[in-house]
Amino acid sequence: MGFKRKKGDGEGEEMESEVRGRPSFNTAERRNVILPSMIKNKDKRAKVYAKQKHEKKVEKQKKIKARDAAEKQALELGEEPPQKMVPKTIENTREADETVCRPDDEELFADIDADEFNPVLRREVTPKVLITTCRFNSTRGPAFISELQSVIPNSDYRKRGTYDLKKIVEYAKKKDYTSLIVVHTNRREPDALLIIGLPNGPTAHFKLSNLVLRKDIKNHGNPTSHEPELVLNNFTTRLGNRVGRFFQSLFPQEPNFRGRRVVTFHNQRDFIFFRHHRYIFDVKEDKQSGAKGKDGVAKERVKPRLQECGPRFTLKLVTLQHGTFDTKGGEFEWVHKPEMDTSRRRFFL
Amino acid sequence: MVWHKPLFSDHRHSAPPDFEFKMQHDEVIWQVIRHKHCSYMAKIETGIFCRNPYNVTGICNRSSCPLANSRYATIREHESVFYLYMKTIERAHMPKNLWERVKLPRNYEKALETIDKHLLYWPKLLQHKIKQRLTKMTQMRIRMRKLALKTREKIMTTPRRDMKRESRREEKAIKAAVLDKAIETELLERLKKGIYGDIYNYPELEWNKVLDEEKQAAEGVEEEEEEEPEIEYVEGYEELEEEEDMEDFSGFPSNGSGFDDDDEHGKIIRYSLSNLDGSLLMVFSQVRFFSLWITYKATNFLTDSDGEEEDDDVEEQVVIHKKGKRDSRKADDVGKSKKKKKRVVVEVEQEDGDVRQTLKTAR
Repeated sequence: MGFKRKKGDGEGEEMESEVRGRPSFNTAERRNVILPSMIKNKDKRAKVYAKQKHEKKVEKQKKIKARDAAEKQALELGEEPPQKMVPKTIENTREADETVCRPDDEELFADIDADEFNPVLRREVTPKVLITTCRFNSTRGPAFISELQSVIPNSDYRKRGTYDLKKIVEYAKKKDYTSLIVVHTNRREPDALLIIGLPNGPTAHFKLSNLVLRKDIKNHGNPTSHEPELVLNNFTTRLGNRVGRFFQSLFPQEPNFRGRRVVTFHNQRDFIFFRHHRYIFDVKEDKQSGAKGKDGVAKERVKPRLQECGPRFTLKLVTLQHGTFDTKGGEFEWVHKPEMDTSRRRFFL
Repeated sequence: MVWHKPLFSDHRHSAPPDFEFKMQHDEVIWQVIRHKHCSYMAKIETGIFCRNPYNVTGICNRSSCPLANSRYATIREHESVFYLYMKTIERAHMPKNLWERVKLPRNYEKALETIDKHLLYWPKLLQHKIKQRLTKMTQMRIRMRKLALKTREKIMTTPRRDMKRESRREEKAIKAAVLDKAIETELLERLKKGIYGDIYNYPELEWNKVLDEEKQAAEGVEEEEEEEPEIEYVEGYEELEEEEDMEDFSGFPSNGSGFDDDDEHGKIIRYSLSNLDGSLLMVFSQVRFFSLWITYKATNFLTDSDGEEEDDDVEEQVVIHKKGKRDSRKADDVGKSKKKKKRVVVEVEQEDGDVRQTLKTAR
């Protein structure tokens, strides 16, 4: 390379691309394509880059127009419009999980019949929840606990003291509680939730994040004491099903629909979002002109309106253990390990 | 022989044979260590400490320095067993065998006696310090054993990289889960399926659906025909009114058989809005959803209509009814007027009803 190289023109970049050995370009293209980053002159580089961007934009717009025109034409002609392309999302491209519950799975039903939540879910036992904290209390802890008490009907709060957790579990069993919730605090913020089913139910350890208390929500509503409805979304796998039923067992099974209260646990990418709303159904005029033309009457639609009340937080499952709380001797059904995070398309709930 | 007066009183009670040599030697060592450099010395704001493991008191002192005292003793602990270590000047030239070790008995008093026995003619200060050390270590041992029985919280750390990654993923998950929309669609589905029964008297859903169904069949039928069919249907479905319990009901009118004329049925629905709240369907949260439910409801409306109503009245009632709905937005449903109260209990359970409830797949 003893000659003076003039960048940005034919020969220079040829040498460079050969030097860098771009395998993706074939020889014909190698001569034509100049990457803007290869040009050392800032002025010229900026111009080339701007031009390239503009060209790309124009191409994209052309494509969109062509697509729209084709669709419109097909509709006018009465043919089927060309298929709309579906963008790939993480949910679309989720790794296939063999533990996804299928609706015809008998083993699933057998498991459900035999699992620990059955007495509560079959309404043989009404759920009774005991809430407590870890040994050290926090700034936001008590507020969060009082809000939890308002969300979950039939719940009691006891101060922790310095009792061992195992002793607390025994105490709760004696007093006929169906679940025990321990709110764990770290750095003066509630950080984790430990939900223990009783008498011998599973123990689920959740990481809590993004806690927003009721007073911090704009236009919040005040919850009543009616039994809430539950919405459990996206619990697809077996593990997810189990966790979903666990949440279900915290609440009474006869929701009072007149109370119009809904508690949602929505699972998205292994994050469980908790929301608490009051809803009402509104009748709204449909503003679509097409509908109006057909009926001659303005079509009215029913739309539910939500008013958020109660806390809002996110949970992430850390471990699920088979019996009551026993870290040393317990049998863990599922433990989160860092190596599970390597794939961005793999979720467990 | 120069008689060196002892500079420090701890040696005044004993007079070892080579005391002067020892004194010179120790003194030299002490001067060097204290004023030049000792690697075991730790100077903190509260004082000067000695980190030598063989130090009795832990303070950097002329009398407590194990290097500057050729006759010295300590107590050290190994796996909750106490040992008495002693060094004498006779072994000063053999560093490997310098420290003589004696195991002390578990019992505190017996240990004290053992110490007395071994340090019989040793300086009183040293004996005293050693006994103090023994006391302290015994107390510590008791406390450690008590603590080991209790459960302590273990502090686990997560690398910051993982915490940040989690928060990033959470943000994206929030955006992907359009929560309000998801909840609203779920509630709407439940309303359509009829889980809420008749709490919300929104006929639009039903008659819109029915209208859509009949859209193909209903083409340009005149609207004046519905008077007669109304009367017909009322007679036909009287037995429905008497059915208190769903289970006693022999069977549904099937989708096609119940209605002579589909389009008429459609039109009738539109004009008999007032009778919507006639029946109260109580459903549990796990209910099998009949596809015929909608038609059942529709027929119910028909049965409630007395048949004498004219269009105007019906329309008026329609208007009033709607207004009433809007006013009682957040109020309870007690205020709504009910013409006829019927209780029809639908009590069918789906075997996998709860599964259906909980399994929601992403769309």
